Amino acid sequence: MLQYILRRLGMMFVIVFGSSFLAYNLQAYSSDPLSVFGESTAENKDYLILQMTRELQLDVPPPIRYFSWLRGIVAGLWGDFDMGLTRMKLPVFEVIAQALPVTVKLVITSTFLAIILGITVGMITAIRQYSRFDYSMTFVSFLLFSLPVFWVAVLLKEFMAIQFNDFLVDPTIPPVTILIFAAVFGLIAAGFVGGARLQFFSVLGGASLFAAGLLSFASATQWFIEPSLGIFGVSFLALCNAAIVVQLISGLDSKKGRITGFGTAVAIAVLYFPLQALMSADASLVNVLAIFAITISIGSAIGYFASNIDRRVYIRIGFFTALISTVPILVDRFMQEFSAYMNSDAVSGRPVPTLGQANDLLTTEQLENFWISGLDTALHLVLPTIALTLISFAGYIRFSRGSLLEVLNMDYIRTARAKGLSERTVVTRHGMRNAMLPLTTILVNDFAGLFGGAIITEGVFAWKGMGRLFNDALTGYDLNLFMGVFIISATLTVLANFVADLLYGVVDPRIRIRK
Amino acid sequence: MKKSTVSTSEANESGIENKETDGLNQRQIIVKRFFKHKAAVASLITLISIFVVVYTSLGITIGFSKFKFSIPGWWPYKITEIDPEGAMENICNGGVAGCPTLDLAPSFLDGDGIRFGAHPFGTDIIGTDYFALVMRGAQQSILVMLIVGILGIVIGTVIGAIAGYFGGVVDAVLMRLTDMFLVTPTIVIGAVIGFRFGNLGVVPLAIMLGLFAWMGLARFVRTEFLTLREREFVDAARVAGASDRRIIFKHILPNAIGIIVVVGTLLLSGAILAETALSYLGFGVRPPDVSLGLLISEYQGSFSISPWLFWWPGTLIILIALCINFIGDGLRDAFDPRQRRHLTMKDRKKARELSEASA
Repeated sequence: MLQYILRRLGMMFVIVFGSSFLAYNLQAYSSDPLSVFGESTAENKDYLILQMTRELQLDVPPPIRYFSWLRGIVAGLWGDFDMGLTRMKLPVFEVIAQALPVTVKLVITSTFLAIILGITVGMITAIRQYSRFDYSMTFVSFLLFSLPVFWVAVLLKEFMAIQFNDFLVDPTIPPVTILIFAAVFGLIAAGFVGGARLQFFSVLGGASLFAAGLLSFASATQWFIEPSLGIFGVSFLALCNAAIVVQLISGLDSKKGRITGFGTAVAIAVLYFPLQALMSADASLVNVLAIFAITISIGSAIGYFASNIDRRVYIRIGFFTALISTVPILVDRFMQEFSAYMNSDAVSGRPVPTLGQANDLLTTEQLENFWISGLDTALHLVLPTIALTLISFAGYIRFSRGSLLEVLNMDYIRTARAKGLSERTVVTRHGMRNAMLPLTTILVNDFAGLFGGAIITEGVFAWKGMGRLFNDALTGYDLNLFMGVFIISATLTVLANFVADLLYGVVDPRIRIRK
Repeated sequence: MKKSTVSTSEANESGIENKETDGLNQRQIIVKRFFKHKAAVASLITLISIFVVVYTSLGITIGFSKFKFSIPGWWPYKITEIDPEGAMENICNGGVAGCPTLDLAPSFLDGDGIRFGAHPFGTDIIGTDYFALVMRGAQQSILVMLIVGILGIVIGTVIGAIAGYFGGVVDAVLMRLTDMFLVTPTIVIGAVIGFRFGNLGVVPLAIMLGLFAWMGLARFVRTEFLTLREREFVDAARVAGASDRRIIFKHILPNAIGIIVVVGTLLLSGAILAETALSYLGFGVRPPDVSLGLLISEYQGSFSISPWLFWWPGTLIILIALCINFIGDGLRDAFDPRQRRHLTMKDRKKARELSEASA
């Protein structure tokens, strides 16, 4: 095992070295920093050319210049790390250290969303193979594969930001829009649930009515300007979530499962008012973590005391119910600030921004308030996250669908059915768990790959992340900056591959890593 | 009689499938399976019509500066001509000139009736016919897509085949090389190349991009070759004295053609998206030439005033990429013998009737 890891690490160095050599020369030979003097009429043109040549060592051939750059990187081994200076005379390392968290924030949010949505939809299409839902989702995923990110981004800016902000001036939803939304929601819900014709249409009708009612209510109460979930919204979401968690883990016919799940949901609803005290204006991330700790320990405790055998299953139900049901409480708290945020001078009634990663006009008082600055970050994340999620979402649908279909054809699934296990147990325990294994590979790789995809998204939404740096480096003939960005992304990709292989060996005991 | 009803469904379902392929050779089976995939066939027809319209409307110029050979197109406007009067004739959205004259709603819906008009796609701000611009952009984007795709397929197949067939040191070296290219995001390589070669014209840009598009395919082909070279027919060929080159190209490659075609189509749809993205970022095709990505980048600012300048090129990109993806899906179904076609209600009914008739 150790030998394997060492060999892989050695290979990683070779690959990063080779690709950085390649990238350096590619970039050095394809850019000509002196071209800016091409049409210059400055008197000291020759002097300026000489100065730049000296400064950028243009008289040294790129393959040799590469090694002087590499020396700074290798020096990192004895703590003398040096990525050089940008053309603006700033240390590359510091510039990247500022940009990296921005991109990571963007990539993590969108990967997280894409995974949750993609796997859910993918697995449901696999269970309902060849149904209408399956066909329409196949079409949707092909459509998403074919979408240019920059085109989607412009549409999102227009419809999700500009027109939504216009709508907020008078947030009454016209009846036609309500009808369309309700019908679409009903169709999706009915597709999820599936079943025979009668069930399909009853779910369709029920879900459409529910959506229409909710939208009319939101329209009548001006919910979009003063959004809140309140105790009723939080309790409702907690109960729904509990039902899903219980159904997935133990099945709704298990009495102890029901007690744990719904008990936890009720406990969270009861905790709604006491927890508000923890979420005051001077709260911080610590408070949020404390809230999660409280709810999760209560949920797990309920699971522990509700059962006497198989306690782990019920503790898991309590844990996940509490974890997910706490999110609406926090969302509700953020919503309470929305109205004030929206009407503040910095925002002036147009809360969904089209550009940038934060509002520069916020007062320090607003910035220090965890909830307002959090809300600001979240709203800036909305558009780029949707754009990135839409693109990677399709891949997860196709992959998890294929993976689950393959697993469901396995002999052990037939054995499980033959043993008389319920379909729920067969699909969730025997099917989904095994289908998730290969997903670890693409998950890790995708995460690294999204850094590349973020280049366009960051460009369109004017985020100051790695993509922006890359763009600046390319157009500004900034070789050190270019290599800095490149080396980070290359190292991440190689590491991700390595971690994926190791992880796969851990989660799937059938795979033995070669000695 | 009892016996046959017991085994009805399974035996006859596979019976139908076997009957379909009776007396056909491999190629005919694949073609037949492909034409069963309705979405793929529809996409193929759409794609061919798009190609035909795009390349005949403006005409094509083949050859270099001295030996130019032009076929004129049937579209009356050129991308260099402006027609301000024509643009002013069609005004909509409260005073915006150059609206599309295309109207597909029949007369009982809006009273104007179906018409194409002088500028069906509208005109841009100075009065250039937008249909001509979009067609020119599509010509360039499709050209880049084809060159990148073909180069990627050829290089990827050769490298993957050599690595997979010879194995050992050759494999290790080639695969590490592939990894080196793979760790660099495509868009990064593309941007560097496009930044340098974008001003040389479309073809050099496409060729350079194509030189860096083969990595994914090479990996797939290698895996396929690794399994295929262990098969008996390869041993038989070797015993019969066939050379390595003959075994690779005559014996193994035809068996690996499925994966090449499928991954190749995905490469094509990836290529058109990459080209448009690069042009959008300013690293691909440069003005005064046009490409679909460039058109979007140029007119994204005027979305709220004249949205058609934004819709047409985007729709065309999506349509082309979507068609290619569906064709790829159809090809995968056709080439994968393990892929059992889903039996519809009609098939099941036919199976039941067949079994009853034979009983």
